[in-house]
Amino acid sequence: MDIANSSLRHITRRYFFQQSGIGLGSIALSSLLNDKLLAEAIKPTATKKAKNIIFLFMAGGPSQLDLFDYKPALTKHDGQDCPSEYLQGERFAFTKGVPKLQATPFKFKKHGQSGNELSEMVPHLAKHADDITIIRSMKTTQFNHAPAQIFMNTGHQIAGRPSFGAWMSYGLGSENKDLPAFVVLISGQANPDGGKSCWGSGFLPTVHQGVEFRSKGDPVLYVSNPEGISSEVRRNSLDALRDLNSIKQQEINDPEISTRIAAYELAYRMQTSVPELNDIAKEPASVHEAYGTQPGQTSFANNCLLARRLVESGVRFVQLYHWGWDMHGNGVGGDIVTKMPRMCRETDRPIGALLTDLKQRGLLDETIVIWGGEFGRTPVNEARGGSKLVGRDHHPRAFSMWVAGGGFKPGITHGATDEIGYNVVEDLVEVHDLHATVLHQMGLDHLKLTYKFQGRDFRLTDVHGNVVKKLLA
Amino acid sequence: MSRIFKLTICAIVAVSVMMAARFVQASQSIDFNRDIKPIFEAHCIQCHGAKKAAGQLRLDNKASAMKGGISGAIILPNNSRTSILLARLTGSDGQAKMPMGGDPLPPEQIELIRKWIDAGAVWDEKMEVGSQKPEAAPPIHWAYRKPVRPTVPTVKNPAWVRNPIDAFVLARLEKEGLQPSPEASKETILRRLYLDLIGLPPNIKEIDDFLADNSTNAYEKVVDKLLASSHFGERWARPWLDLARYADSNGYEKDRPRVMWKFRDWVINAFNQNKPFDEFTIEQLAGDMLPGASIDQKIASGFHRNTLLNQEGGVDDEEARFETLIDRVNTTATVWLGSTMGCAQCHNHKYDPFSQKDYYKLMAFFDNHEYKILELGNSEGWVVEPELELPTPEQEAKRSALKNEISQLETKIKEESAATVAALTKWEADQIAEAGKWIPLDPIEFKSTGGATFTKLDDKSLLVSGENPERDDYVIKARTSARNLSALRIEVLPDARLPRGGPGRDPYGNFVLSSVTVSTNEQAAKIATARVDNNASFFDVDRFLKPPKTMAVNDNPGGWSIDATRDQNERLPRQMVLQFETPLLNPGELTVTLKHFAGGLGQGLGRVRLSATNSADPMQVVRIPAAMKPVLAMPAAKRSERQTADVKKLFRDLSPLYKTERDRITALKKELDNIKIVTALIMGEKQTYDRPSTYFHERGGYLNKTEKVYAATPAVLPSLPDSAPINRLGLAYWLVDESNPLTARVAVNRFWEAIFGRGLVLTAEDFGTQGEAPSHPELLDWLAVEFRNGTESGSDLASGANPLATARGTVPERWNIKALLKTIVMSATYRQSSKASSTLLEKDPYNRLLARGPRFRVEAEMVRDLGLSLSGLLSSKIGGPSVFPVQPEGIWNNPYSSDKWLTSQGEDRYRRSLYTFIRRTSPHPAMSTFDQMTREVCTVRRPRTNTPLQSLTLLNDEAAMENARALAKRMVSEGGGELKSQVAYGFRLCTSRAAKPAELSRLLALYEQQLTIYRNDEKAARQLTRTVEPTPLADFAARIIVANVLLNLDETLTKE
Repeated sequence: MDIANSSLRHITRRYFFQQSGIGLGSIALSSLLNDKLLAEAIKPTATKKAKNIIFLFMAGGPSQLDLFDYKPALTKHDGQDCPSEYLQGERFAFTKGVPKLQATPFKFKKHGQSGNELSEMVPHLAKHADDITIIRSMKTTQFNHAPAQIFMNTGHQIAGRPSFGAWMSYGLGSENKDLPAFVVLISGQANPDGGKSCWGSGFLPTVHQGVEFRSKGDPVLYVSNPEGISSEVRRNSLDALRDLNSIKQQEINDPEISTRIAAYELAYRMQTSVPELNDIAKEPASVHEAYGTQPGQTSFANNCLLARRLVESGVRFVQLYHWGWDMHGNGVGGDIVTKMPRMCRETDRPIGALLTDLKQRGLLDETIVIWGGEFGRTPVNEARGGSKLVGRDHHPRAFSMWVAGGGFKPGITHGATDEIGYNVVEDLVEVHDLHATVLHQMGLDHLKLTYKFQGRDFRLTDVHGNVVKKLLA
Repeated sequence: MSRIFKLTICAIVAVSVMMAARFVQASQSIDFNRDIKPIFEAHCIQCHGAKKAAGQLRLDNKASAMKGGISGAIILPNNSRTSILLARLTGSDGQAKMPMGGDPLPPEQIELIRKWIDAGAVWDEKMEVGSQKPEAAPPIHWAYRKPVRPTVPTVKNPAWVRNPIDAFVLARLEKEGLQPSPEASKETILRRLYLDLIGLPPNIKEIDDFLADNSTNAYEKVVDKLLASSHFGERWARPWLDLARYADSNGYEKDRPRVMWKFRDWVINAFNQNKPFDEFTIEQLAGDMLPGASIDQKIASGFHRNTLLNQEGGVDDEEARFETLIDRVNTTATVWLGSTMGCAQCHNHKYDPFSQKDYYKLMAFFDNHEYKILELGNSEGWVVEPELELPTPEQEAKRSALKNEISQLETKIKEESAATVAALTKWEADQIAEAGKWIPLDPIEFKSTGGATFTKLDDKSLLVSGENPERDDYVIKARTSARNLSALRIEVLPDARLPRGGPGRDPYGNFVLSSVTVSTNEQAAKIATARVDNNASFFDVDRFLKPPKTMAVNDNPGGWSIDATRDQNERLPRQMVLQFETPLLNPGELTVTLKHFAGGLGQGLGRVRLSATNSADPMQVVRIPAAMKPVLAMPAAKRSERQTADVKKLFRDLSPLYKTERDRITALKKELDNIKIVTALIMGEKQTYDRPSTYFHERGGYLNKTEKVYAATPAVLPSLPDSAPINRLGLAYWLVDESNPLTARVAVNRFWEAIFGRGLVLTAEDFGTQGEAPSHPELLDWLAVEFRNGTESGSDLASGANPLATARGTVPERWNIKALLKTIVMSATYRQSSKASSTLLEKDPYNRLLARGPRFRVEAEMVRDLGLSLSGLLSSKIGGPSVFPVQPEGIWNNPYSSDKWLTSQGEDRYRRSLYTFIRRTSPHPAMSTFDQMTREVCTVRRPRTNTPLQSLTLLNDEAAMENARALAKRMVSEGGGELKSQVAYGFRLCTSRAAKPAELSRLLALYEQQLTIYRNDEKAARQLTRTVEPTPLADFAARIIVANVLLNLDETLTKE
């Protein structure tokens, strides 16, 4: 008889503890063994170029037209009616009537050998023009923040599917067994609109969900001993706990108990390793100067530095969220002229420093850095409620992202949009294509990284996705 | 067996895939039986067969088909071009396209028919269409056949059998050559029973009583007691709320709170009252549609109001509604049919016999709901469905009294009389006089730290030009001969020379003034308060007067800012008044520093004038909005009607004459807000005689609306019973109808899963062909029939040995949840020890054969409830609004939302976890660490993990420490005078059993070790105990450590 799912047979507890490279997620348990804890038989394909991912998620939808996709036609026709052929049958979040074309208020310049063209808003990134791969032809299906963020992070617009990082944890585990495979770092004025579903595990076991490292309070929730409990007392109580659980284990023979004992031991090790890793204060002054970090603050800069420390320690997927790119221009402070300099000031320097740092340490080759938000912004001024501020509405049809490292072809600009940046006209890259391509560089075939749930094999790329070979070195 | 079955399905799927592939190959020769017959069968012979022969045409045999119908021959072999059949299929003859009323044939099928005709229309005469089942049709999957009561098997060891469950289980074990496990110890089984039936552990007295009770029905007495406990409903509401995706917020972005707890109360009560599962179902799906629906039934219909609601600004309302409908269809199919209907939203189900059309037919039942679109302007708005207000009679009375009084006062205030007219005239004169009390200061020195340059104008204002950096201080020294200055005024004036006319210097003509300091003779003048003329409520005075020393990049700059692009009233001469703490007696010279550090871009003041006053009420001038100042300055006769009205309104808003009324109205409105009438979200149905319908959506996309489809049940399942109306209510009746093969099986399987950790069908959410086959198919069907029909009198089980029969008395009760659970827990199968031998572990690691009892870590909510219960902190209060127990700082931080987690005080801090407020985007971290789901969509099975983050939570969480302190105290107060007996007591509380000597001595050793440590570290002991009580501190501290360990024991967290 074979009542147990035979394919799971080989995942015994011993199997897990033998695995050196699986990490925190590897703490399995008998009751879970019916479900797959880790993707099986995933042998990295020969295409494997990278080990880690740092995803700089710019929540709110940064304007590609003011950063990466310069459109002289918009400058020329600034303030004129948007040609009607673009608007036929279109749906906008807020824009009404015939909107006016909107020029960028910023200057653009070509940089480096590659001549990648960048806005004056990102001077530090500009120094890395030859290291990054700009994709001007991104497209998504969603035009509201929460669904679009959930889509970019899970491949589906409705919450409930595993996130990108969770798939990575499931597919590859962690390189460091004392640390989670998937870490999330949050800065900006608010959490991302999509909420914790953006880094949730969906129907995958919850060990794969993103673990938030925090700049204030506990570096990881509950990792610090309560007041009055020293490391010695903690060790003593864990020893007692282990002895008592072992007595029970001998009596009842439930392998679950061994797993629990191991989980408590790992917890103890995390109590030391996590705060050490999280503490950026010990970094040399030159590093702080480069990133613009101030230890103890919650900032994107601190998170960039921490991201480097995390990948250095073997964390598979580090995702930074920085909310605030939603620039409708419906109020002062929420417009492109005012807000874009502020957002770029918060992010540009640390991003430049991160790329330099990764490069200097030889980490950029094996780390994929992804920059982007959930969608782009319209080439027209939204003018909500008659506002005269420079503002742009949500635009899913064409936007820009960039990637660096991990075997992506550096110093190129991929894809193109039409004269005003409304639609992609060349080398379309959809969200699932980006996912497929990044997985490919991580040595995973996006068609094979699957998890069976409710009768169906689910993938990060749903039923879509093509590896974009042109992006690869 | 099941494997072979699966292989068959695979083979069939493979065949049909091959056939599909063949269709596209042009050169393939056409075979009537293989290629044409299935098309006729699927699309034609229903009308053109032996029974109906519409148009006298029959396509069920060759002779009739070739003869044709009233139009004559329709198939002309070798000549498709003139064959009427082709013309009617393609619609090329201008007549109605066949098949009538159905989907047109796909082009590839028409192509096949064309080729077949052109190849001579070869048709074996013996082959009749419709005479055989199409060869590709799979046998009906077991789950879609109605369960019938199976015969209870005979077993070799009938002595072990307590009820039929055991017979099914034992028969299987005997076949496998396995023995059931011995019965668990009394302590173990008691704890198991408590956790399963009420979700709480037994207390010491309950354990003692049970151990002392040697009567034959001692166990059954406990079962009955627990089934009658009002905590039963709390325990069983919990998994149901996962299915119902119950939450206290709308989801997405702002994730606003919603008031929904009345629905949760309803579920708890329904379980407590043992509401039969059919009523339970009907009321939740369509309680609002029941004739004379009661308030409770309407609240129950809130089941489908637990859907997400996206309130982002730019949402397409109709799309949001479409997503709501999708969720309702999918949830209904999952909860009652155990079917993955969601797969058919975009295409026919790949594995199960549900077509995409079935999906939208099911959706049609939900698409007749009552709703409206709330428009908020600027494209903002969302779908609004009915809400039930549930005021108490007192609230109702209070509300109408308040509204009444407000409206009376508002009328009264507007009444005009000679006296009010006179007062108005005087008030206007006062305003003008007040404005005249301000004397401009004469700037004699002015400089900028950021490189701006100034031009002094005739009106003593300064026009700014030159550099305009992010940070800039304008330092202005001005002279005055005025004395007794009570306040300083800063006027910021528009000017054509500024961007867009000013008054600020950023590209929009806006400014942000971050702070101001004033000094006289090198002495800082103390400023008491400040006020601006427009939007005063948004101006943060404290921050303006005491700005942070350093600004982090993420900090909101604050300050006095204007938005002149959006609101033209902002591009007017603007004023700010700074009132001194004590009047400046004779300053002579004043130095005013206007600070800009908002950042982002240069946003300096464009044209600025300073003035001062000795007025006793210097704020009066800024109470008048900028736009009203010129109106007031105008002679009354010259004002327009609108302007006159505006002046009167301003008078009423500001004049002391109406202060009493104004204050009273404010107070009343506040009181009105504070009534806090409880509400509940409920379903409503549009009144219509039409059959509910919706639109088919090509590939499931919201924008790909095509034809209209009408409400109907999926084709593979029975149709609606004749007695049922064709609407949502009818659908509910259908789900619990005798003929429905799925509902009862799916429901009993979930109850089984909750108790044994795994369902008889492991994939409790999927009974389709891709789900796991049941481990005990007959047992599943027996339970399902038993549940659906009640025990048949005279059946093999109606003897006294059947607890179900005795529980119900003589009349079989249908859909009886408590009886079902009682049957399960009374079985010998349930009562087995969960100890596993190595052989058994090897042979059946997941206990699918049930040769031992269940053993697994309890669910998230129960983990917390156990801690609270063992430490004695748990509140036993049932029902009511959601509560906010301890949670770390900073979990809630949603965009465009200022909602804060305010920790509940008193009893509400310690309520059972199902009452914890669930905000979908920001779940309680301890709960999600233990696998609680975010309730965004319906969840049938939670994963069950075992991770270091869980260990950290139970070791270090503030709530965990609270429990440990309370348990330590409880050990002292209830555990006797001796340390040893106290520790033993704590152990017994946590595990329900006595500690073994080895366990006890290990704990005592731990105690001694910590005692030494805390004796030498009083500070640590104080921090840990948080007490100043006379108890020797170190003793208490060491007990807390012991308690913390006890609360972390595997056995404490495990249902064994």
